[in-house]
Amino acid sequence: MNRYLARKIVLYLLTFWVAVTIDWAIPRLMPGDPIQGLISRLQTDPTGAEELHGYFTRSFGLDQPLWKQYLNFWAGLVHGDLGPSIAYIGSSVSELIWAAVPYTLALLVPAIVLSYIAGNRVGALAARRKWLDSSALPVSYLLTATPYMWLALVLVYVLSFRLGLFPVSGAYDFSLQPAWTWEFARSFLSHWFLPFLTLFLVSFGGWAIGMRNLIIYELEADYASYLQALGAPSRLIRKYAYGNAVLPQMTGLALALGVIVGGALVTEIVFGYPGVGSLTIAAIQNRDYFLLQGIFFFIIVGVLLANFLVDIAYVFVDPRTRTGIQGS
Amino acid sequence: MTTLEQSTELAAADAAEHVLPPRRRRNETLYFAFRNRKLVVGLSVVLFFLVLAVVGPWLTSASPFEFGYPLGESPSTAHWLGTTAPGQDVFSQFVHGLRASFLVGAVSACVASVIAMAVGFTAGYRGGAVDEALTMVTNVVLVIPTIAVLIIVAAYLHVGSLLWEAVLIGATSWPWAARSIRAQTFSLAAREFVSLARLSGRRGRQIVIHEIAPNMSSYLFLVFILLFGGSILIAATLDFLGLGPSQVMSLGLMLNIAVSASALQLGMWWWFIPPGLAITAIVGGLYVTNVGLDEVFNPRLRDR
Repeated sequence: MNRYLARKIVLYLLTFWVAVTIDWAIPRLMPGDPIQGLISRLQTDPTGAEELHGYFTRSFGLDQPLWKQYLNFWAGLVHGDLGPSIAYIGSSVSELIWAAVPYTLALLVPAIVLSYIAGNRVGALAARRKWLDSSALPVSYLLTATPYMWLALVLVYVLSFRLGLFPVSGAYDFSLQPAWTWEFARSFLSHWFLPFLTLFLVSFGGWAIGMRNLIIYELEADYASYLQALGAPSRLIRKYAYGNAVLPQMTGLALALGVIVGGALVTEIVFGYPGVGSLTIAAIQNRDYFLLQGIFFFIIVGVLLANFLVDIAYVFVDPRTRTGIQGS
Repeated sequence: MTTLEQSTELAAADAAEHVLPPRRRRNETLYFAFRNRKLVVGLSVVLFFLVLAVVGPWLTSASPFEFGYPLGESPSTAHWLGTTAPGQDVFSQFVHGLRASFLVGAVSACVASVIAMAVGFTAGYRGGAVDEALTMVTNVVLVIPTIAVLIIVAAYLHVGSLLWEAVLIGATSWPWAARSIRAQTFSLAAREFVSLARLSGRRGRQIVIHEIAPNMSSYLFLVFILLFGGSILIAATLDFLGLGPSQVMSLGLMLNIAVSASALQLGMWWWFIPPGLAITAIVGGLYVTNVGLDEVFNPRLRDR
């Protein structure tokens, strides 16, 4: 078990290092000057622009040798300093992101957990009920092929604009302030539901398909035939098949995280939900590279941590990792 | 998406065991292909949109960025899919967008397949330290979320052409494919016919090309289809974020413009429904085709 987790930790540290280096290198090695973009946004006269250029270059430490810039970048990360924001002048990048992260997590965590549970259940059921298989499977394929932002658009158009069942955008009513009151909670939930539903539906399809295929595959395995020959009840056989099929699904969960995070970004944009996605589009539209850099960093850390949590859970589900036996 | 990929991997493990004489195999494959409802339905949907993408631009005199048509009109005989709020023809944007989707999907699936095959074959056939190193690289790229890398790269590069966008997507979406090709190569490399080829003195590269690759060609084809569908979705996300080429009309860019021009508030459903519907249909069609082909190639999956 220690060996298994140690290998994973090494992998994640290496990934973290590569990701941070990419995050650092892209603005510096790519053609184009981020400072120039910033100054053209401020629209000053040419002499002032030159002075500003020098000022920003110095204050961001871009006049130092590359290796020193690289070390400074790491030092900044360690202290949680991701630089100032250009889109929101006066705020620091880390401040902005910390304010947005809770909203994104409030969408992502329930959507991932519930779609995983529901998708696996429905997929396992579909593997043995012909009628469910022929109805749920095509729907699942369509759901997993749907672009997140489009499903979000359709839901908000039909349920909010046409039927008026849900609010159109934002995370809570504009007349309210975040507080621990029933009124705020109700407003929050009604704003939260549609973006959550979007994320839930698209990822649900993938899990259902995966589980259905894995169960069918497991039921064809030798141990299933052997149990059947011994006269074991089919419920027991399916229970074993489910237990085995959960393992690849968990590996899949770690891999699907990146996809669903991307989905959350575009879903938030459609709903004007004040999470990391809305921050991303603001950063892109304002050419706020420091903010983008910070968002990238947060996404990487989040995905790596989530991967690690899945790995720990995997240890509890798969006894082979505990005893150090290599799976076939 | 990732779960789809895994089940394809499992199924293909069996497929390699059923090697028939070439001619009989081809006739039989065709026979089962036309009988397979999933394959027929999925392929028809994809082909329908492909044909529309090819001939569509000739069916309309409007060009996608051209203004001067009625403002925000619903579908009519003059404008099959209506017009946008500032007065552009939606049908023209739609068919050009379809072209863009197919182009990006095909090119980036090619790029990703080439990288995945290079990495997968080398790692699986060589083994040892080469395998360790390549597997490590693959796992690192696999864990970094593709979309996050693409956002930051595209924001700096100002992607100006579809080809560029496709290459970027292809260069980041290969790891899962490389991993499963490696696993397949690994098991094939232990077979007798590969040992025989090695004994006859053939070089590693030739063995991979002439012995290993042909025996997993059906699997490679399935991988290509999944990469194709996945790339279309990623491209749509990038275009929707405004990070794709802004001079070329794409389905994602249509959605981006529709949202920023308040098509929702104006109730102009004909503006934002077709692009997403087409993406869903094409990608869903590709996935269903993939399952159908899987059943055709692998007898054990048939008749369910």
